Amino acid sequence: MAEKGQTQKLDQIVVRFSGDSGDGMQLAGNIFSTISATVGNDICTFPDYPADIRAPQGVLTGVSGFQVHVGADKVLTPGDKCDILVAMNPAALKTQHKYCRPTGAIIIDSDSFTEKDLQKAEFKTDDPIAELGITCEVVPCPITSLCQATLADSGMDNKSILRCKNMLALGLVCWIYDRDLTLAENMLRTKFAKKPEIAEANIKVLHAGYDMGHNTHTSIAHTYSIESDAIKKKGRYMDINGNKATAYGLMAAAEKAGMRLFLGSYPITPATDILHELAKHKSMGVVTMQAEDEIAGCASAVGAAYAGALACTSTSGPGICLKSEAINLAVITELPLVIIDVQRGGPSTGLPTKSEQTDLLQALYGRNGESPIPVIAATSPTNCFDAAFTACKIAVEHMTPVILLTDAFIANGSAAWKLPDINAYPAIVPPYVTPDMQEGWSPYKRNPETDVRYWAVPGTPGFAHRIGGLEKSAATGAISNDPANHHSMVETRARKVEKIADSLPELQVEGDKDADLLIVGFGGTYGHLCEAMQQMQSEGKKVALAHFEFINPLPRNTESVLRSYKKIVVAEQNMGQFAGYLRSKFQGIELHQYNEVKGQPFTVEAQVNAFTKIMEG
Amino acid sequence: MSDYKAQDYKFGQPRWCPGCGDHSFLGALHKAMSELGVAPHNIAVISGIGCSSRLPYYMNTYGFHTIHGRSAAIATGAKVANPDLTIWQVSGDGDGLAIGGNHFIHAVRRNIDLNMILLNNRIYGLTKGQYSPTSVRGFVSKSSPYGTVEDPFRPAELCFGARGNFFARCVATDMAAAVECLKAAAKHKGASVTEVLQNCVIFNNGTHESVYTKEGRAKNAIYLEHGKPMIFGENREYGLMQEGFGLKVVKIGENGVTENDILVHDAHCKDTTLHLKLALMEGPDFPIALGVIRDVEAVTYNDAVHAQVEEVKNAKKYHNFSELLETNDIWEIK
Repeated sequence: MAEKGQTQKLDQIVVRFSGDSGDGMQLAGNIFSTISATVGNDICTFPDYPADIRAPQGVLTGVSGFQVHVGADKVLTPGDKCDILVAMNPAALKTQHKYCRPTGAIIIDSDSFTEKDLQKAEFKTDDPIAELGITCEVVPCPITSLCQATLADSGMDNKSILRCKNMLALGLVCWIYDRDLTLAENMLRTKFAKKPEIAEANIKVLHAGYDMGHNTHTSIAHTYSIESDAIKKKGRYMDINGNKATAYGLMAAAEKAGMRLFLGSYPITPATDILHELAKHKSMGVVTMQAEDEIAGCASAVGAAYAGALACTSTSGPGICLKSEAINLAVITELPLVIIDVQRGGPSTGLPTKSEQTDLLQALYGRNGESPIPVIAATSPTNCFDAAFTACKIAVEHMTPVILLTDAFIANGSAAWKLPDINAYPAIVPPYVTPDMQEGWSPYKRNPETDVRYWAVPGTPGFAHRIGGLEKSAATGAISNDPANHHSMVETRARKVEKIADSLPELQVEGDKDADLLIVGFGGTYGHLCEAMQQMQSEGKKVALAHFEFINPLPRNTESVLRSYKKIVVAEQNMGQFAGYLRSKFQGIELHQYNEVKGQPFTVEAQVNAFTKIMEG
Repeated sequence: MSDYKAQDYKFGQPRWCPGCGDHSFLGALHKAMSELGVAPHNIAVISGIGCSSRLPYYMNTYGFHTIHGRSAAIATGAKVANPDLTIWQVSGDGDGLAIGGNHFIHAVRRNIDLNMILLNNRIYGLTKGQYSPTSVRGFVSKSSPYGTVEDPFRPAELCFGARGNFFARCVATDMAAAVECLKAAAKHKGASVTEVLQNCVIFNNGTHESVYTKEGRAKNAIYLEHGKPMIFGENREYGLMQEGFGLKVVKIGENGVTENDILVHDAHCKDTTLHLKLALMEGPDFPIALGVIRDVEAVTYNDAVHAQVEEVKNAKKYHNFSELLETNDIWEIK
C-alpha cells in the first residue's frame, strides 16, 4: 500500500489507457473499472477503439483507448478529459494527449520511444513532448523492459511476455489510486481460467507495476483514493455495458412473457456483442441464429415471431437499411418484433466504431408506405436493460415491431448496475386468442380499447388463417384493394401505435422548475446533458433537462412540458433530427439546436459554453 | 390411413390464369397433404412474392405470404422457433433463385427441415413477362428483346452445390407423380427441394413442352424410383448405363444389353455425382429425370439447435434470469 501520509482523497478521477489495439488497453481499463466499482465507487466507461483489428504496430490509426470516470458519488459521463493518461507508445501519445487535463499526468512507456517508434508515429523530431507542445506532467516508465525483466525466468517467449505489459501499466495506475490488487488478481484468474500460467504471469507483472510505483514513487508526488461513503443505494451490483444490458433485457422479457427468445442477427460493429452475449445463454432456452445476411437476420426473426417466439434482430445503421422491407412485413402483419439499432457513424459504412444519433429519422420513417413503428432510445448503459425490456413488452402486447435505438457509446460503455429484482418488473401478456373467440374470428379482429389484433400462433387448432404483406380487409382478413378499407387500415395502424402512449410514463423534467433554459435530448446523451445541467446549476444558472427515452409515441405531456419554458435547446449527435421531429409534432415552439456529429461523445465543457451562450443570447 | 381429405386443406378460390400450372400443382399439394395426414393447424405454408407465392391463400392451413425472395429465411426462423410446425415453403424461379438465391442456398446448406417447393416456369409472370434466372440463354422476353446473354441456373446444381440432401422433380400437371414427390419431400427430414416444372400460358407457353403431356413424358422423361432400374421409353425399351464419367442411353435387347445391365437408382447414395448427372439430363439425347433423384438423411439444423440447447441446459447451472445474474462478478454495498 502507498504510504498513508501521501494519499489524498479525491471525489472523482478520470483515467485513460491507450496503446496499440493489440496492447490490451481494453482489458486493463475494464479491470481498473471493475475493481473501482467493487469498492463502491461509481463508474462510467468509454472504450474508444479503431475499426482495424490490428493496424500495423505503432501507427497512428491503430491506437485503442479506454477511458473510465471513477467517482465517490454518482458519475454520469466518462469525463471530458483525464487525470492520468497511459500512453504505451508514441502513436498513443500523439493521438491521445489532447484528452489529458493540463493538471493531469501522462505515463509513457519510455522503452517504446526509439527513433523507429517515433517514425512510425510520424514524429519529425526526437522530442515528441516538445513537438506536441505538451505542458502537463509526463512520467516516463520503463514498462516494456520491466515487464521483460519480471518474466525473464518464466520460460515464456518474448511475444507472450510482451502481451503482459498492459498489466504493468495497470499495476502502476492501481498504485496511484490506491486500488486493492486482490480483486484484479481474481479477475485475471477467472479470465485465464484455462491457462493458469498466463494468469500468474499477468499477476506477477501487475504487482511489478504496483511495486514500481511504490518503490520509486515514479515521479508522481501523491497517490490518491476515492472513497465512497456507501451513500449509494444499498444492494448488490455488477458492472455492465449497454450491449450486455440489452441482451439481459431481452432475456428477462422472454421469461416474463413465457416465450422463447429468438435472435436472428448478422455480425456488425458495434452491435455484435448482443449476438455474442445471447449465444452464450442456451441454458436459458435462448435460440440465436447467425443468418446469411442482415436481411435474413430480420426475416428469420419475422418468421420466428410468426411462429410464436419473442423475436429480435440486432444491428447497426447499415443493417437497418437492409432490414427495412422485412420490418415493414411485421408492420402490416402486426407481428411482435424487436429491432435493435446500435447506432454508429454514417452514412454508408461511415465510422463503424464511433457513436452518433443519426439513425433517428431512419428508425421513424425509413420504410415504404405509412408504416408507424414505436421507437425507444436507451439513455445509458444500464438503461439499455429497461429499454430492451420495455421494447419487448410493447412489441408483444401491442403486436408491433419496435425499434430500440442505442449507440456505440452506451453499447460499449459500462457502469455499475444494481441487480434488478425481476419479480418487481411488470408482466408481459401476449394477446393470444382464446378458444371462445373462434366464432367469427378473423386475423384483424382487434381489442377495441387498444386496437391490438389478437394473436393466433400457428399450431393453435381452430384458427388457421392467412396473413401477408398485401393489404387485408379489416373485416375478413382476405386480400383487399378496397380504397376505404386501405385508408382505414392505415389509420388503424397509426392509432394503435399512438395508443401505446397510454401505457408510457410521463416525461420527467430534472433541474429547476422555473428554468431559463430547458435542455432537451434523447437516448445515449443523457449523462452528458445531465452533467452539463448540473454544472450550469452550480454556476447559479436556472436550467432544466427533459430527456426522452420514448420517441414514438412521445409521452402524453410532451407538448405541455415544451410550452412551459421560454427557451429550449435540443442537443443531439446529428444535424437536428429530433428537433425537426418535435417541430413536426408541435408547431410554434422555438427550438434552438446544439448539434455535433464527430463520432465522439459530447463534452460537458463545450455544452456548458454553448448552452450558456444560448441562455444569455 | 389419414383422417383428412384433400378438401380439408382447400381454402378460397384460386385466382391464377386459366391453364396455369399452379392450379394442378395446388391440387397435388392438397392431395399429398391429405395422404400425409398432418392436421391443417400444424402446417404453415410460407411463400414469397410472385404468381406461385399466392398459394398460401388457397390453403386451409396457417399461411404467410411474405416479401420478395425472403420466404426461405422467414420459414427458417419459423421452423427454428417452432420445430413442431410442418413448414412448406413455396417459391418461384424468380423469387427463389434470383432475389432469394442467397436464402435458398443457405436454407439448403443448413438443412432446415423445410419442404421447399420451387415452381419453375422460367419467367416472371406477375410483373408481366421478364426473363428469370432459369430462362435459357437467348430467351426473348420484354426485358430481353434481343435475347438473354446469360446462362441459367439449373436448380439441382444449386441444390447439390449447397450440399442439398433431397431433390425431386415433377411436372405440375402430372398429378400422381407430383403427389408422390411431395410426400417423399415431406417425409424427408431436412431441407427438401422439389422442382415443379410448370407452364406459364401467358408469358412462356410451352416452356416444358417435351414433358408436359402424358405422351410427351412417355417419350422424353424417365421416372426414377429408388431401387429400381432406370428404364424408360414408350415401350420401356430404353435404359441408362454408366459410360466412363458419364451416362449413356441404351436400347434393351440391342448389342447384348439386358435389363440386368441397366443402372439401378440409389437415391440414398451420399455421393452426389450420379444424382447430379441424372438431374442435369436433357433432351434430345437424354430423358428428363422425374421423381426423387436424391434422398439422403442427415442431421437437421433445427434438431441440432434444440439438441444443443438441451445439452447446454444440462451442462450449465443457470436456467432463469435470476440465476443468470448470479453468474456475474457481483459486489454488495451494505
